[in-house]
Amino acid sequence: MEMNNNSSTWGRFLFLSIVFSIFFVDGQSQNLVNGKKIFETRCLVCHQADGGGVPNMNAPLDASTNVVGKDIARLVYIVKNGLNERVALDGMYYSNAMTANPDFTDQQIADVLSYVRTSWSNKASKVTLAQVQAANSKNKIKTKK
Amino acid sequence: MKKGLQILCLILAAFSIKAIAQENAGLKLPEGFKASLYANNIGSARHIAVTKAGVVFAKLNYPNKEGNAIIRLEDVNNDGVADKVNGWAKFGGTGIYVKGNSLYASSNEAIFKYELNNKDEVVNPQTPLTIVTGLINRRQHESKSITFDQQNNIYVNIGAYSNACQTSDRTPGSQGMMPCPILDSAGGIWKFDGNKQNQTYKDGKRYATGLRNVVGLDWNNQTNQLYVAQHGRDQLNSFYPNLYTDAQNAELPAETFYAINEGDNAGWPYVYYDPAQHKKIVSPEYGGDGQKEGSKDFKEPAVAFPAHMAPMGVLFYTGNQFPEKYKNGAFISFHGSWNRAPLPQEGFFVAFVPFKDGKATGEWEIFANGFAGVENGAKVTNTAKAKARPCGLAQGPDGSIYVSDDTKGAIFKISYSK
Ligand code: HEC
Repeated sequence: MEMNNNSSTWGRFLFLSIVFSIFFVDGQSQNLVNGKKIFETRCLVCHQADGGGVPNMNAPLDASTNVVGKDIARLVYIVKNGLNERVALDGMYYSNAMTANPDFTDQQIADVLSYVRTSWSNKASKVTLAQVQAANSKNKIKTKK
Repeated sequence: MKKGLQILCLILAAFSIKAIAQENAGLKLPEGFKASLYANNIGSARHIAVTKAGVVFAKLNYPNKEGNAIIRLEDVNNDGVADKVNGWAKFGGTGIYVKGNSLYASSNEAIFKYELNNKDEVVNPQTPLTIVTGLINRRQHESKSITFDQQNNIYVNIGAYSNACQTSDRTPGSQGMMPCPILDSAGGIWKFDGNKQNQTYKDGKRYATGLRNVVGLDWNNQTNQLYVAQHGRDQLNSFYPNLYTDAQNAELPAETFYAINEGDNAGWPYVYYDPAQHKKIVSPEYGGDGQKEGSKDFKEPAVAFPAHMAPMGVLFYTGNQFPEKYKNGAFISFHGSWNRAPLPQEGFFVAFVPFKDGKATGEWEIFANGFAGVENGAKVTNTAKAKARPCGLAQGPDGSIYVSDDTKGAIFKISYSK
C-alpha cells in the first residue's frame, strides 16, 4: 500500500525495468532471435517446428537428454559435422543422415544451440561463444587422433 | 439459469462429437464402410499379412516391450478385435508375407522363413530358415519390404542409403556421383528364389533399378506384374534455394507408383518426376535447373501422388466384400510427410487407385482418412504429433482389409456392408 503510493518507488521501478528490458533484448535474447532464424532455415525441416523430430527418422531435440545435457562439445560437433551413426538416442534409433553445417560461424552455432536448449520444454543453459570455441579445440584434439 | 443450460448443451455437444469421432475407430470412410480397432499398442507395426483362416501377423520395426518383433493376432470371438495375441523374434524389420504354409519375415539385412501348422501357428519360432542374407543396411532407407509372384520368387526392395547420390550425402553443394555407385547393390528391387536357403547378392538378380526407396510393393496377380511405390527425394529447397522455394519443395517431386517389368529403370538419382510439368526433370545434383528434361528411357509412373507423403504399403484388392469398383484396384497407405515443412504436412491416409482393364487409370482418391487424429480439416504441422501413421496393408479372407500403424502399433480392420 505504502509503496504503491510512493511515486519515487514507481519511478525507480519503471526505470529499472526499462534498463532491464533493453539489456535483455540486446544482450541476452538477441542470440535466441538469431538462433530461432537459423533453426527455421536449417534445422526445422527435419527436427520440425515443435522440436519433436520424425519417429524413427529424425531425432527429437525437445526433451532430449543429450540436447539439454552437459556435453556441449558433442552438440557443437554434431551441428558442424552432421550425424550419421547407428547410435541410440534416449533408447531410440534414427535412420536419416543429418546435414553438416560447415559454413556456420562459432556465433551461429552458439545461437542455434542456445535456441534449441531453451525452446519447447527444454530449460537448459544457453551456449556462449566461449563455450563453442572451447568445444572446437576439444573436438579438434579428438578428431586428430 | 440460461447460462447453466448453455454450458450443459456445450458439454453434451462436446461429448457427442467425441462419440462420433470414436466411431469407426476415429477413421473417415466412404459410405457403407466400417472400421474397428483390431489391435492397439502392439509395438511399431510395419507390414502385416493375413492367413486364409484370418490370423494376422505383424512385423515390428523394433522388438516391443515384451521383446518380440513378430506378433501373431487372432480374433477368436469374431468381434473385429484381436483377442489372442502372442509374439516372438528379436530382429526388427518391415517385411512379412504368408505364402502357403510358410511365413516369411525380413530384418533390415535378411529374409527368414517360418513354418505354419494347420492352426496357423508357427512351429519353429526360434529356428527359421535363412533364405537371403547380407543385404545392404546403412541406416537410411533400410527396410527390406517383400512380395512374391505366383512361382514363389521373392521381390525385395533394397533402398538407397542416400538422398540423391551426392559425393557427400545431404551436404549443400556436393555433386551427384556419375554413375551412381550405390545402384550396384541398392536403389532397386532384387529377385530371389523363395525356396532356396542362404542366398545373397550373387544368387539373386537386380530386377529393377533407379528406385530410391520402395517400402510398399505388391504383385498384381490379375496382370502378373510387380507394382512398387517410391519415396521421392527430399530437400530440393534446402540445397538449392536459388532453384526451389519452400512451397515448390513441398510439391516436388511426386511420390510415384510404377508398373514394373524386368530391367526397368525409374531414373533415381539422375531424374525426379515433376507432377505439374508431367516430366522427368534432371536432378540439380546432376546439373538440372528445375526445367531441363531427363532421358525418355526412364520409366514413366503409372500414378503420381503429391510429394513427400511416403507410400508404405500397396495392396491389390481381390476380395468380393467391397463394391465392384475396388476389385483389382490398388490401395496405397501413406505414412504422412515431414519434408513439406515449413508448410503443413500431408498424407496420413489410405488412398485407392482404380484400375481398368489391368491398368491404373491415373486417378486416385482418399479411401480412409483420420489416422493422424487432427480435427476435421486441420493439418498436421509436426509429424511426431500424428496419432497414427498408416503403414502396412493386408486383405483378410472375408475381403476386409487391415491397416497397421507404426507409431503406437494400432491395427485397423475396415469392412463393408450394404
Ligand atoms: C536432414 C535432416 C536434418 C537436419 C537438416 C538437421 N538435423 Fe539434426 N539430426 C538429424 C538426425 C537424423 C539426427 C540423428 C542422427 C543419428 O542418429 O545418427 C540428428 C541429431 C541431432 C542432434 C543430436 C540429438 C541427440 O539426442 O543427441 C542435435 C543436437 C541436432 N541434430 C541438432 C540439429 C541442428 C541444430 C540443426 C540445424 C542447424 C539440425 N540438427 C539439422 C537430422 C537433421
